This record gives sequence, structure tokens and C-alpha cells, in this order.
Amino acid sequence: MSDKNIFTSDISRRDVLKTGAKAGVVGASLVSAPFIISSSANAYTNDPGDAATVKLGFNVPQSGPYADEGADELRAFKLAVQHINGTGKDNGMLPTMKPISLKGNGINGKKVEFVTGDTQTKSDAARASAKSMIEKDGVVMVSGGSSSGVAIAVQGLCQEAGVIFMAGLTHSNDTTGKDKKANGFRHFFNAYMSGAALAPVLEKNYGKERNAYHLTADYTWGYTQEASIKKFTEDLGWNTVNAVKTPLAATDFSEYIAPVLNSGADVLVLNHYGGNMINSLTNAVQFGLRDKMINGKKFEIIVPLYSRLMAQGAGANVKGIYGSTNWHWSLQDEGSKAFVKSFGQEYGFPPSQAAHTCYVQTLLYADACQRAGTFNPCGVAEALEGHKFDGMGNGPTEYRAEDHQCFKDVLVVRGKENPSSEFDLLEVVEVTPRAQVEYAVDNEFFAGGELGQCNAG
Amino acid sequence: MFEKIKNNNTAIMVLFSIMVLAGPLIMAPFGAGYPDLLQRFAIYGIFAVGFNLLFGLTGYLSFGHAAFLGIGSYSAVWMFKLLTMNIVPAIFLAVLLSGLAALVIGYVALRRSGIYFSILTLAFAQMAYNLAYSVLTPITNGETGLQLSLHDARILDPVNTSGSLPSTNFFGAAMNATAKTELFGMTLQFNVGFYVCALILILAFYISLRIFNSPFGLMLRAIRTNQTRLNYTGVNTKPYTLAVFVISGMYAGLAGGLLACTDPLAGAERMQWTASGEVVLMTILGGAGTLIGPVLGSGFIKYFENIFSKINDTVLDGWFSFMPDSMADFFVTIVHPFVGKGWHLTLGILFMLVVIFLPGGLVEGATRIGQWIARKTGAAPESKANSTVISTVHKD
Repeated sequence: MSDKNIFTSDISRRDVLKTGAKAGVVGASLVSAPFIISSSANAYTNDPGDAATVKLGFNVPQSGPYADEGADELRAFKLAVQHINGTGKDNGMLPTMKPISLKGNGINGKKVEFVTGDTQTKSDAARASAKSMIEKDGVVMVSGGSSSGVAIAVQGLCQEAGVIFMAGLTHSNDTTGKDKKANGFRHFFNAYMSGAALAPVLEKNYGKERNAYHLTADYTWGYTQEASIKKFTEDLGWNTVNAVKTPLAATDFSEYIAPVLNSGADVLVLNHYGGNMINSLTNAVQFGLRDKMINGKKFEIIVPLYSRLMAQGAGANVKGIYGSTNWHWSLQDEGSKAFVKSFGQEYGFPPSQAAHTCYVQTLLYADACQRAGTFNPCGVAEALEGHKFDGMGNGPTEYRAEDHQCFKDVLVVRGKENPSSEFDLLEVVEVTPRAQVEYAVDNEFFAGGELGQCNAG
Repeated sequence: MFEKIKNNNTAIMVLFSIMVLAGPLIMAPFGAGYPDLLQRFAIYGIFAVGFNLLFGLTGYLSFGHAAFLGIGSYSAVWMFKLLTMNIVPAIFLAVLLSGLAALVIGYVALRRSGIYFSILTLAFAQMAYNLAYSVLTPITNGETGLQLSLHDARILDPVNTSGSLPSTNFFGAAMNATAKTELFGMTLQFNVGFYVCALILILAFYISLRIFNSPFGLMLRAIRTNQTRLNYTGVNTKPYTLAVFVISGMYAGLAGGLLACTDPLAGAERMQWTASGEVVLMTILGGAGTLIGPVLGSGFIKYFENIFSKINDTVLDGWFSFMPDSMADFFVTIVHPFVGKGWHLTLGILFMLVVIFLPGGLVEGATRIGQWIARKTGAAPESKANSTVISTVHKD
């Protein structure tokens, strides 16, 4: 009974000794080989050295509630790499970006290659994917992602591993607030900026006396957006009736919508994104919330963070609903037009804000490497800190050195009443100037973290 | 007889240890020789070995083992935050707390057997998962996951002035330190974290082997064969099942703690039911009730998850580039749904094939190949003896 195991064939002691001896020889030869401790011999993690190419890692959600955004981000990354290498149909934003040191022949004379991974919108999976990119594929930069939870987790990993993290779509205050890291950079705007930009528009349209009910995605982004919107609306004089957290994995929100009807609230704030927002908004409209009159006022819904992909998913339900966005393809500046054109001729439809921010981040990274003349994360970080640029779709923009957050104008948008095409779903109501959304580094919504020092591995 | 078995066990341990310790060398040609994946091989190997003690020996199918994995991870990260970055206290607390949790859950769940036991454990695991997202967020940090920060106390460690997060270490040896060397054009990466996990895996495997061969293990097999008969003969089976449930839970907690040691972050996803299901798949795929099966199964699934899922169209184009264009496109189209995002599909098909044709898992497959070779070389009688042993393993 007791010898119930798979190695029941008789292995004699001699065989074992032989195998052991062989292993010993191999082991000894390995020990005698020159050992290189990666962190001390190279100046920095994954130094490409004399190689003709350099690798970037694009870590995006290919499954889960944000898969649509992830797919669009990947399209943008591919386009960005083509433009940096000069192998695309045109040069995208390269001609409009100011200042620029990229020449359309790669970065620092090296052609750019990339690897992709699936974050699954789970911190664990995203870190495993990023880790394999850094350890196995030897990337010098990781970018992408559509969730702040993931962005913060991967940013922490990149800080430890000594590579640069160029955040994709992440809107939580914490990414450049309490969880900011010296190796991480964010182009996207944040929840606080959304609140600052939305408040005046909400006051103008809905008045000063409103009762708001929040439904909030249950993770870092949801929390900070709820807190920011609460602050700005309560400053207007609004009252917050209730704030309920909903799981990120939820697909049916009727159980959360039903209580709103009897709460006395006349505004519903959906702190949801991607598939979550599509489902919760659809549920809310099905419950007839938008046709209700409560406290003598028409019931309204607000989606503080909007994207064209979500509007497309929610269809006619988005009509007349206000929100804010980082970028929209209908913008008429040179940078936006150039990007929409090259994205359109490659894929046949306009890019989303997620695609835009990922494209811009890749170009900004490449340009910073070129300016610094190295891929060393500390050199690149120095080149990005305080960098002012223009012509990339958001007007004059600055990467603030103190927290690695981009400061630029914010768009307030509204669901269009009469869309002319399936992509023409949002209209820009107001471009809120940078000065109105800017905040001090030690703002209470961003306090508690420390940038630390750049880590080159 | 005794001498022979003892020899055999030594042989198993020596072979197993060599295979595990040579991991970076063996896995490098398969593109899997990088530290993160090697660590996962070892850690999930521990998880599956522990699960197999419960499922393989007693036949109790727990569908909530991921809860212990999660508890292990959270306790380890808290030790890193409060006490020290040395992994020893972290592992100690991980094993202790998951053992306690297993005692409580096991005490309730083991009142039932069969499907009711499975459902009870699943319910407890889902409860832990949902608690981690709701009321326990001060401890678990919700969906963001529990992470280290510069301001953590770490009362045993010297004050950190470097401005960057300290890394986990084993008495000073940083877990993420890696020695690289070139061999036949491959880069071999020897990583401290992997070797710590590997040594613990070998120890865990040895304990499992001893349990398999002990009177305790025999009693567990008896429970699996016919628990009612045992009860009629006056044997109280509850202490045995509870003991093995706690041991199994501690293995899972150890694996969870090691996950946090190699990457100091704990997320509630680790406790989701899919994670519980994964370890069941690993064990069945490799061969439930066999010693080495669960380790093989976990390696297989982790390989698929990390390597197969990375094969995209660009890689496929590379594979078929030797063919004429139209033919290459054809093959890329055929293979495309099974790799990259479709790795679940391939794994699912493989799992079905294994369950249908090799009920004993990969181990049975290996045995059959072994027998076939033995027949060819004319060593038939010996292999016949083999097959009876193997088949009883799966019948009892």
C-alpha cells in the first residue's frame, strides 16, 4: 500500500547516483561560468545596449468590463509604434507635436518593438503580465490599462523593477496622489479635474438646489471620483442623499437603481465606467428615471467620466447627459485632426479617448528618451518632469514635476440629441481652461503619498 | 520490503529535487525560464500538493481553497507592512492564520460530505471574497489590493531613507535578486525568490510523501473508500478529515504567503471561485491521488496562462513565415482561435481529452508511454506490476 506513487519502477541507487553526478557536473559548470548580477552590471533594468531594437510593453485589458477600451488602446499603440519607426501610412501627430526630437526612425537610432499582455482588469493578473514583460521580454517601459486599480498596482511594480510606467486610462486621484511613484507618469486627467470642470455647467443647467444619489464602482477610482464630485456639488449647495458602492464585476444594476426612486433624490451620479456605465445607465433609463419629476424638478443623470465607446454602447440612453472627457475625436486642432485621420485610415473609425491618451503617452515617452539620449528611467523621468508641449490634441500641456500629472484643458460634453453617425454621439459643451481645474500638490484629495526617487533597477 | 520502499522514496525525493532545482535550466528552452513564472510554478505546485492531500486522499472536493490562499497573502503583506521585510515572519503568520481559518471552516463544512461539502466550502470562499471587497476593506484595501507604502511602520527594520520601497528578503538576500548567465544562446536566470520557493516546495512535497505513506494516510484512504463502514466499525473519522483539511489549508496559506513574498501585493481576486476551481483543475489534470500529478498539473496550467496566452498573430506569422503567403494566412487563421486570448479554449479541450481518455491525468499518460516503451524493449513483466499499482490508485 505504502508504495503508491508514480515512481514505482525500480530505480536503483546506482541510477540515482549517475543522474546526480550528471546534474553535479552541469551545476559545477554553471557555477564556474561568469555570473552577472543583473542589477549591478548594467546601468539600469533591461538596458538595450548595442541591440538594434528596443522593446516596449503594452499591458491592456483584453477581457473583463473594460475590454472595449483595451482593444482601442492596442490599436493606438500599434499606430504609435508605426509612427515612431516611420513605417506607417503617414506620421500621425509627429508633424504637429511641439517641441519634438523624434525623427521617425525609431528612438535613439533603435527600432521600436512591442509585446502585449492582458491585464484582465485585475491587479494580480496585470502585475503578472507586466512582470513577464519586464523579466522575459526585457521591456524598458510599460504602458496601457483602463482601470486605476490596475494602474496603481502596475505603477508600483514598475517602480520596484526600475522601468518607466506611462499610465493609460486612469482617472483616480490616487494615481498621481497618494499612490504616486517617481517612475510613473499620467497624461490622462483625474476625478478632481472632472469635478472642477463639471460644477459650473451643472449649476447653470440644474441649479443650486438638488439632491444627488451616487452609484460608485467599488475601487480606488470610484471612491476618489465620488469624493471629488461630492465636494464640488456640495460647494454649489447640493445635498448628497446617499452613495452606494457597486461591484466592478456587476452586470445588472437594477437592484441598485430601484432604491433611488424612493430616496427623494432628483439627480443620479453614475461613478461607473466602461461596461459598468453602459449597464447601469441602461437600467436607470429602463426604470423610467429620466421621465420622473421629483421635488418639482426633472430627474437628471450625470456620468462624470464619459467616453465615446461608452456612449456607443449605451446608445440613445446618453442623449442630454452631461459628463467630462479627456479628449474627443471631433476636436478641430491640428494634432487631433492628424491623429483621427491616421487612426481612421488604418482602422476605419475614429479613436476613443483611451486610444488618444495611450498614443500620446507612447510618443511622449519616445520623445523624452530621444531628448535624454538614453532609455535609463532616471534620465527619461528627468526629461519628462516639467516638460511643456503642444499640438497633441489638448492644447498647451505640462507634465508637472512634483506629481507627474499632466495639466491641460478639460472637456465638458453632453450626449447629442441628433447624432449624425454612430460615432458622433457626444458634443463638446465647454472647454474648461487649465487654470480652473489646477490644484496645489498638497491638495487634500492628493495628499498622503510621496513620489520617492526614480529607480533604475 | 521496508528497505526497498525506503530506497524508492529517497529516489523520488532526489529526482524531484533535481528537477525542481534545475528549473531555470529545464524551462529556459520553453521560454518559461524567467523568475516570475518559475516562482509561480513552485508556489502553485505547493498549493496543488496541499489540495491533493485533501482531495486525492480523502476524496473531499473543496471548492473554496482559494480563500486560504488569499488569507495567506493578506497576512504576509501585513507582516511586511508592520514588522519586517524578512519573509520568515510573513510565512509564519500566513500559515498560522490560514490554518486557523481552515479549522473554523472545516469544523462546519466537514459535517457534510460529497456535493454538500463542496458547496459549503464554495460558500465560505465566496463569503471571504465578498468580505474582502466590502466590510474588510480597512484590512484588504478593496479592489486596489493591499500594497506596501513608504510610510509603513516595519518596526524591526532600520529606518528607510532611500525614498523607494524596500524589497522582500530572506535574511538579507533580496528575493528579486537574479544571477544571469548565458548557456547555448539562452539566458538562464537564477533567482533567489525562486530558490526559496523551490526549497519550500521540496519540503512540502516531502511532507506530503510522508503523509501518503503513513498510517494517517492509510486512514484517509479508508475514508475515501468507505466512510460509512469505518463509522460502523466504531472509528470516528471526523478528527482525521479535520486534520487533513487544516493541513491542506495551511499548504494553501503557505502558497499565498509565498505569492506575497515574491510580489508584495494581495488582491481579493486571489480568493475568487475561479481561483478555487483552478487548483481543482490542476490536480485532476495532473492526476488526483498521485504524488507528482498536482505539481505537473499546476505547471501545465501556469505555462498555458503565461506563455500560450502571449502568442499573438505577429508570433504566428513568424512561425508560418516559411510557407507561401496564402498558406501561411490559412494556418494563422486556423491556429489563431486557440492561442493568445483563446488559451482557455485550448486548455478546456485538453482538459476534456485528459478526463475522457486519461482519467488518471497526465501521470497516467506518462505511465502508459512508459509501459509502451517497456513493451517495445521487452521489459513487460515489470511494467505490468506498475500498471496495477497505478490503477489501484485511481480506483480506491
